[in-house]
Amino acid sequence: MARNFGSLDRRQAVQTLLADRGDLLVVSGLGSSSYDVFDAGDHPANFYLWGAMGGAAMVGLGIALARPQRPVAVITGDGEQLMGIGSLLTIAAHKCTNLSIVVLDNGHFGETGMQISHSGLGARLDLIASGAGIREVTEITDLKGVAEFRGELHNIKDGPRLAIVRIASGHVERVLPPRDGVYLKNRFRENLGLAVT
Amino acid sequence: MDDSATTESATKEAATTGPDWPLDIYRTLKAFGVSQISYVPDAGHSRLIELSHGDGAIKTTVLTTEEEGVALSAGAWLGGDRAALLMQSSGVGNCVNMLSLLASCRIPLLTLVTMRGEWAEFNPWQIPMGKATPQAFEIMGVTVLRLERPEDAAEVVSAAASLAYESDQQVAVLISQRMLGRKKWTETR
Repeated sequence: MARNFGSLDRRQAVQTLLADRGDLLVVSGLGSSSYDVFDAGDHPANFYLWGAMGGAAMVGLGIALARPQRPVAVITGDGEQLMGIGSLLTIAAHKCTNLSIVVLDNGHFGETGMQISHSGLGARLDLIASGAGIREVTEITDLKGVAEFRGELHNIKDGPRLAIVRIASGHVERVLPPRDGVYLKNRFRENLGLAVT
Repeated sequence: MDDSATTESATKEAATTGPDWPLDIYRTLKAFGVSQISYVPDAGHSRLIELSHGDGAIKTTVLTTEEEGVALSAGAWLGGDRAALLMQSSGVGNCVNMLSLLASCRIPLLTLVTMRGEWAEFNPWQIPMGKATPQAFEIMGVTVLRLERPEDAAEVVSAAASLAYESDQQVAVLISQRMLGRKKWTETR
């Protein structure tokens, strides 16, 4: 039985983060995070990962470096970020100021049977991120905190930043975004004004 | 001057007057508009890494593991940048699952790989991954090209870059260990 790790409703948290999203570019990590981002409203500036576990933050870094005038948010889970934990060091070393990483942390591997993750077993992602050199690290436990952080997502001067959002571990119905990678790529690039050739 | 000194001197001469292949690669990448380079360091890539860091128009990223560079290259492309990834053959196995991102989304990859474990190798631990390097790429659909001679550097990298950026392919250029030369174990002492 999954222990409750946080109390925030993940869908509500992500909807709050993405409200009035403006020119925000979003990468979502494999699993429930992709469902959450899709549920908050499909958008051509969303790039949903359906694989590449551990790669979400680095995809976000590549976009952020290519588009320094646009805010970029990576929204992913604790399990996905743990698999790419070294990428926090790489991102911190870059001082890429327009990149934010949001880790929806329920302390479990939600997609694979709710096994307890390293975060659930005591690893402190906030300390790891600070130790890696991420400038701004926040832990969020309530919707007010989410709403405050939403403003930060649009600040392209002071990143990279990382927020740990403590979400409840209860089951949420799956809402499936498009799975065709070529389609997602083309619409993301087209939305940035790049020709689809 | 004894024989070994003469040989060493001749080798140095050849090294300084031979083709400057890292510069040729750098110029080719510039000609293709590459603006992001990421790497896990290797001695064979050291000059290209220096050139990249010294170029304000190239965003250079040092990685903790090679698969980060695969995901970074995908992000670069999504954002409109062309990226290149530098690694040593020992890191190729680390990339296997992440390469599925590029295959699934038909996103270009250009990676330049310095080979170990294939020519006058001193370290037996380099052999297994060196031997498996072409297959590790090929099982994920990556096209493998070989760079065997320094004077071919610009042509081979140019062909690889066209395949990648113009035909949306994932392409690896394996730079042969014979071309890189024997690792000098005493130079830093």
